[in-house]
Amino acid sequence: MSRGRVWKYGDDVNTDVIYPGRYTYQILSPREMAGHALEDLDPRFAADVREGDVIVAGKNFGCGSSREQAAACLKYAGVQAVVAKSFARIYFRNAINLGLPVLQSEAAADALQAGDEVDLDFVGGEIVSARGTFRFPPLPESVIGILEAGGLLEYTKKKLAAGREPKA
Amino acid sequence: MDVRAGQVVTVSPDYVLSHDNSAAIIQEFRKLGVSRVRSPEKIIIVLDHIVPAADEKYAQNHKTVREFVAEQAIPNFFDINSGICHQVLPEQGFALPGKVIVGSDSHTPSYGALGAFAAGIGRTETASLWATGEIWLRVPETLRVDLVGRFPDMVSAKDAALKIIGDNGAEMANYKAVEFAGPAAPSFSVGSRMTMANMSAEMGAKNGYFNPDRTTLDWLEGRARAPFEVFTSDPDAAYESVLAFDLSGLEPQLACPHTVDNVKPVREAAGTLVDQVLIGTCTNGRLEDLDAAARILRGRKVHRRVRALVIPASWDVYREALKTGTLSVLADAGCVILNSGCGPCLGAHEGILAAGEVCVSTSNRNFRGRMGHRDSLIYLASPATAAATAVEGGITDPRSFA
Repeated sequence: MSRGRVWKYGDDVNTDVIYPGRYTYQILSPREMAGHALEDLDPRFAADVREGDVIVAGKNFGCGSSREQAAACLKYAGVQAVVAKSFARIYFRNAINLGLPVLQSEAAADALQAGDEVDLDFVGGEIVSARGTFRFPPLPESVIGILEAGGLLEYTKKKLAAGREPKA
Repeated sequence: MDVRAGQVVTVSPDYVLSHDNSAAIIQEFRKLGVSRVRSPEKIIIVLDHIVPAADEKYAQNHKTVREFVAEQAIPNFFDINSGICHQVLPEQGFALPGKVIVGSDSHTPSYGALGAFAAGIGRTETASLWATGEIWLRVPETLRVDLVGRFPDMVSAKDAALKIIGDNGAEMANYKAVEFAGPAAPSFSVGSRMTMANMSAEMGAKNGYFNPDRTTLDWLEGRARAPFEVFTSDPDAAYESVLAFDLSGLEPQLACPHTVDNVKPVREAAGTLVDQVLIGTCTNGRLEDLDAAARILRGRKVHRRVRALVIPASWDVYREALKTGTLSVLADAGCVILNSGCGPCLGAHEGILAAGEVCVSTSNRNFRGRMGHRDSLIYLASPATAAATAVEGGITDPRSFA
């Protein structure tokens, strides 16, 4: 169980407001990236976010560009998970590849409100709060290996080390 | 291989695209502990996002990419004088029927216009793919859009795409394939097919697709770089849903701030004052798009309140539009012709919006802050609507220029 505080947003939170294009093609440090998180959606967020906080949003979270910093900046800002009614496809992949848990729960997204305290149980697949306990579907098997390895880079490293490295 | 929707498969794509973000991908690749990419000939890198470099940071990124290309002997590298990747790959004969193409750009589905399976991916997985040659993909369910009827004058593919998204929402095809079919599909030019497939990304789609036909094969003649196999949809293919869309009654459409599915007819916003017009991008920067704008701007002037920017989608398009005189018409009208590239579409350079400014753009996203200040406003429209708006200084239905 891991406790966090909820930041609540609506539907179609897109990658431009999560991580603006003016920074996308600069290579910034994790700390700098965290400082721009949600800059064009909620200017208070980057200053006030705390380690372990949880973002709760509506449908199609992360729609738009393929920019990976839109997942990375939240992770670096200390966000432990994003709970949404649904996720845009590339965002979902990026989050998994970087090790940012993305949890789909329509009921939790409706019920939870800004400032709520929630406990996340990734193993049991539960979100526990004063407003109720919500279950989320287990992640697809194909991505569990990636998460277990700690992200795609580690997963790939292991795969390559296991003798599948191409000859130079 | 026989696969079914919902199945997760490991595939070896024919081509892997990246652009200016290759600099970041290189950084991730270096962490993998391998010295060489697995198949240099499958990697395509196009510098297009901030070209030529707008500042030292972008210049360093480009330099890093060029050095990596030389080090790894990557043959398919396109520098700043090439154009937008989504136009360059088709023109250079990489986007072919039956090919599997993934790219670290969300508008990679554009190549479905030519019958490729093409989907966007992220940076870390691109780095991993460079090293391993493999990626996991979930076989998508398919949503079919049956196009019927004929476009009225001054109405084009962009209007159709916007109306479809407006009617069905930006999440209508999340995780799915969108197949554009129906009796009107063969009448779409390759350029119009690219507009539709490009906009499928704004439907949330994994990929957009047109079945290859005579038009496709004619266009590929002399362009295709590799042998290819044409696949067409099985007659008994299972579709998750089928949507009929009639082009005949369609009028010019506008996506209003700040989402692509906030769509209404242009006439309902007529007169809204505009500071900037952008004609071009991977959505609408082909010769037919520039011609549609030139048809309206010929012999007229851009309104003095408006900055009209034109970005041909590629250098091939640029040179062709020079030869046909289209660029002269646009320049004479007072348009600023910019280098082929992504330009201000993603808010990095060449026409950033100030607070409160309004832009009508032929690009594909109008998200808050995308082209500059978070309090600027972006309306998405067709090249004809953008040109008519440039002339009048306010949002204008192009049918008044018919």
